[in-house]
Amino acid sequence: MLDLMAASLVVFGAVFFIAGTVGLLRFPDIYCRLHALTKADGLGLALVALGMALKAESFGEVFRIVLIWFFVALASATCGHLIAAYARQADREGKA
Amino acid sequence: MTDPFLILDLLLAGAVIALAIATLTARDLFAAIVLFIVLGLLSALAWVRLSAPDVALAEAAIGTGVTGALLLKTLHHLRYVAGTLGEQAAHGVTPVTPVPMSVIWANAAFCGLITLGLAIAFLDAPLGGPGFDALVADAMPASGVDHGVTAVLLNFRSYDTLMEVVVLLAAVIAVWQIERGLSEAPAPDLSVIWQGFARLTLPAIVVVGTYLLWKGSEAPGGAFQGGAVLAAVGILLLLSRLYVPHPSHRALARWGFVLGTGVFAGVALLVTGGGRVTFEYPPEHAKTLILLIEGLVTVSIAVTLAALFHGREPVALRAKEAGHDA
Repeated sequence: MLDLMAASLVVFGAVFFIAGTVGLLRFPDIYCRLHALTKADGLGLALVALGMALKAESFGEVFRIVLIWFFVALASATCGHLIAAYARQADREGKA
Repeated sequence: MTDPFLILDLLLAGAVIALAIATLTARDLFAAIVLFIVLGLLSALAWVRLSAPDVALAEAAIGTGVTGALLLKTLHHLRYVAGTLGEQAAHGVTPVTPVPMSVIWANAAFCGLITLGLAIAFLDAPLGGPGFDALVADAMPASGVDHGVTAVLLNFRSYDTLMEVVVLLAAVIAVWQIERGLSEAPAPDLSVIWQGFARLTLPAIVVVGTYLLWKGSEAPGGAFQGGAVLAAVGILLLLSRLYVPHPSHRALARWGFVLGTGVFAGVALLVTGGGRVTFEYPPEHAKTLILLIEGLVTVSIAVTLAALFHGREPVALRAKEAGHDA
């Protein structure tokens, strides 16, 4: 039962990763692409981490998975912000 | 039924080769660097699949993380020198400067020789032999540590590891000889969100780096992986301007560079007393000596890699300021 839940969570997370990647490839400009990528991948990562945490053998492992989730989410949000801010600055300079 | 991992392995192998080709043929330097970073991450995964977590950690931390940062910093510098820093923008491209054909052919020849050498070594090796696992396992009790890779790197084959540390030292000496003075290229304008990110992650990176070093005696990890992670602290500090190199810090930095090499070589020579050969640690002190060497080598690696990222010796160019240079 636990196996099934873990597996379905990981698969569900993978679906979000694929959706995010499709968005990255198909959306028209950099802001839409970032939007698709950061949000869909953030959710996908959380689902995969949750699935893996269900299969963890000790509390230490769960703790490490939570840490990985936290820092990857933090880094990806910061990167998304930096890329978007940089692109906006470049757009303004291009128009000026 | 075939092994389900076989599909993953084949995909991974194909992706690594495809990324290598894409990196070499990319027409934009920034794209080439990003592709190189992805290539490094997938190589790290491949090392995991080959049951070599130590190499995977090193590849991810040094080969991908620190090298990626060094390459991006270099690109920033190149754009500054070429005067295209303001123009390039997010959508622009930095075309690859044409390389002379002779350089390409010389590189190809050397790479070919290395590949040939590896191929000969691979074909000469006995297929499916026992390897050195049994030898290492036999000698483990005398090594002072509980992890085979660390025992090989810091006890049985210390000489090789010492040379790796010396290579880093030589690199930073060369960089400091080539470029002096304080950087004139404007630092990228990083927002408050970045500052918050740095503040949250810095303490965590220090903990992770120290953990990797400490874990090295019984599990994958060690001086190079820990040092590379700690170097990320230096890179974050430099990028967020929380630390600005000053000419008066040079003495301390120099001590940091040579600390690891000096202590490593010093211990190796000091143990020669009492009828031992170089690098033959007395078994009862092996663990202490290895931890001492690893700890100080970690500090040196971290300081050296961070200094390489900064990329130049912080010297105040007084002659230039006074106008003699014009």
